[in-house]
Amino acid sequence: MFRYYLKLGVLSIRANPALSALMAAAIAIGIGACMSIVTVRHVMTDNPIAHKNDVLLHVQLDNWNPDDPYDEPNEPPEQVTYIDATALHQAGRAFRQTISFKSDRVVQPDGDDAKPFQEVVRATTADFFAMFDVPFEYGGGWDSAADQTEERVVVISAAMNQRLFGGEDSVGRMMTMNNDPYRVAGVLAEWMPLPKFYDLNNNPYEGAEDIFLPFSLAVTGEWGSSGNNSCWKPIDGGSYADYLASECIWIQMWVELKSASDRGTYLQFLDDYVEQQKQLGRFPRDLNNRLSTPAEWLLNREVVDETIDVLLSLAALFLLVCLLNTIGLLLAKVMRRTNDISLRRALGASKSALFSQYIIEAGMIGIAGGIAGIGMTWLGLQGLENVFSDYDFIAYLIKMDWSMVMLAVLLAIVSALGAALYPTWRACSVSPATALRIQ
Amino acid sequence: MEIGPIWRAMMKNKAGFVLIALQIAVTMTIMVNAFAIMQERSKNVGRASGLDESNTFAFASALFADYENAQIQALIDEDLALLRGLPGVRNAVASNSFPLRQGGWSQGLQLKPGSQGTDTVGTAIYFVDEHGIDTFASTVIDGANFTPNQVTWKVEDDNTWPAYGIITEALAKELFPDEPESVVGKTVYINDDEPVNIVGVIDRLQAPWQGWSGVERSLLVPQRRAPGFQRYIVRTEPGYRDELMPQVEELLSNSNLDRIIRDMTTMDQVRRLAYIGDTAMVKILSFVVGLLTIITGLGIVGLASFNVSRRTRQIGIRRALGATKPTIVRYFMVENLLVSSIGLAIGGVLSVAMNMAMVEAFALEPLAWYVIPTAMIALWAVGQVAVAGPAKRASNISPAIATRSI
Repeated sequence: MFRYYLKLGVLSIRANPALSALMAAAIAIGIGACMSIVTVRHVMTDNPIAHKNDVLLHVQLDNWNPDDPYDEPNEPPEQVTYIDATALHQAGRAFRQTISFKSDRVVQPDGDDAKPFQEVVRATTADFFAMFDVPFEYGGGWDSAADQTEERVVVISAAMNQRLFGGEDSVGRMMTMNNDPYRVAGVLAEWMPLPKFYDLNNNPYEGAEDIFLPFSLAVTGEWGSSGNNSCWKPIDGGSYADYLASECIWIQMWVELKSASDRGTYLQFLDDYVEQQKQLGRFPRDLNNRLSTPAEWLLNREVVDETIDVLLSLAALFLLVCLLNTIGLLLAKVMRRTNDISLRRALGASKSALFSQYIIEAGMIGIAGGIAGIGMTWLGLQGLENVFSDYDFIAYLIKMDWSMVMLAVLLAIVSALGAALYPTWRACSVSPATALRIQ
Repeated sequence: MEIGPIWRAMMKNKAGFVLIALQIAVTMTIMVNAFAIMQERSKNVGRASGLDESNTFAFASALFADYENAQIQALIDEDLALLRGLPGVRNAVASNSFPLRQGGWSQGLQLKPGSQGTDTVGTAIYFVDEHGIDTFASTVIDGANFTPNQVTWKVEDDNTWPAYGIITEALAKELFPDEPESVVGKTVYINDDEPVNIVGVIDRLQAPWQGWSGVERSLLVPQRRAPGFQRYIVRTEPGYRDELMPQVEELLSNSNLDRIIRDMTTMDQVRRLAYIGDTAMVKILSFVVGLLTIITGLGIVGLASFNVSRRTRQIGIRRALGATKPTIVRYFMVENLLVSSIGLAIGGVLSVAMNMAMVEAFALEPLAWYVIPTAMIALWAVGQVAVAGPAKRASNISPAIATRSI
């Protein structure tokens, strides 16, 4: 029976090719509009470290101004001070912990005609790579001894390795930055955390840094942060040591616990630490420390631009218009076939038989619309990429994966079936007598 | 007229018309709200920054060797002398930032010294020498430019603020709203209690953050600073920009090998990047509205065609009974007008409701009064154009049809 209805459906679609095409196109365009926005949003809201979400925690301490919260209503600062970062890192009370910030360095490639270039580097600690599951192509990170000994080591990205060493195994080779030599300890495989969950300041979609080196090295070299830096009270003096001793926040801190159940214990440790610092005259505000999983942190920082939500609501309405269009056209089609239908009813076709027939026909249009919708989504994404081409990170956001393709087809079929319900119901309720009466 | 019969005929077959009316209503809702967003976004895009944008470019020089302060000062002087001496360069300056760059220095100014209970007015700060005003293409409308001996190098570990400043007209109005006379010679305070004497007022120079409500407020300070990272802004004679940019990059890269020249960019690029969100939104929304109008139009065509073919026999009968072609056309036009009007009435209510929700959720501005009437007229027109084709075909149905059975 199913095959027979399929055949009938094909016949009916063929009988009105322009109209059927219009219906499929309307669904396709509606799906395309919705799915291109949904796809971009999907990448933007992704949690790239979801598999470790329950054990990774971002650390916030409220060392801010007693009269004014860092952010309304009572948000602690997003980053921590040097004093607290190093104290908590040294305490080592979590399974793993890392403190880091980004800075600028000038890379000087070997060779006389190679031009030096500036790079954003991440100064961090040994646990960074293991905590965030950073994949290595060659070698590995530095061990925690290097965090103390200020060993001049670097970990570079696959792209940087390509640029400096032509992509070969460069572990043990030397590179120069700001006239200082560094030994390559490891080369990363492709790694593109989007959003860059471990540091959402500035641009969350700029991708990971291409060079990583020990935090202690950066501090000894008196490097400044090229990310955000906020201070609520003046620094006592102009030297780098004064800056390190200040209440300025500029370091991102993360910890990894053995199990999610240790979260309370670690928070208690933070609270004890702050209570102790209060004795020393720091932390004038009420106790307000916070731990956030990557998912909580992404939500808290509202990584998603509200523009995308405006577009999403408009796209949803757009799909609604396309569906209303399809319902109207399907209805017209059914009404035109009233005589057919009532004749079939008079000849003994049951309501459920008619229902199957028309829903199958609508389903076919839905599938056609869905497949065309994938194409439309692709076109829509190309359009978005084009419109935002001045952002060099836009290509990362324009990515369609299989889950999105499946969602597009599913949405199309559900939409088409949803649109077909009312017209099909109208078809089923045609009375058998009508046809006989008119003829 | 025939509204009565047309209305009763529609009521016999409500569903199709209800759907079209709803479609028109939602289309109108999208159209109106998209237009409101576009209007808000495009308002900002056209604002002038104050710079001679088409003849200005900027770049940064990043030093990566350890230089003493005096060495850096000498390098900056050397760079600026080289830049200003190039044929085709009108002027050049080293500053901390420039309009539309989206990163810069801001601080509060106040009329009375003191740290408590004083109102401050936020402003962007540009550190410049006496070439700043000409490079930024600003015009002194009151007072005078800095004299060369007002310009000083910042002394290391000394945070004293220079005693002079030039402000934009907008900042002057914000600081001294009730001052009919010149503000030149007045004193404002920065860092709670450091006096700044206003020596001049310029017409316009935007702050680096185009999204900030105080974007027209800038203060020029006659101080030169010598960190290893310097931003240079170069204003060329008309037409020289594109040939000068690679030339300057080459010259400066080779004049000192302990630094790199980077971020070479025209002001046109800076502007594009600064407003990319706004221009993209306008493009996307106009495309969406256009596409939507086409879809709704096609939907009307489709439904009208069906109605025409379903009613072939009735139309034939009417023709046979003496209805003229224009009468038939008018029938469909009036029918569409009725459906559109109902849809647009619903659409009007939906548009306002959605706009209120968006004003609430996304802090948009409320609708301008003329948006809804304009959208209504536009959609009425779309409906009439869409229905014209099928109506014409209906009027061509031969009266003889009436004599045939189906």
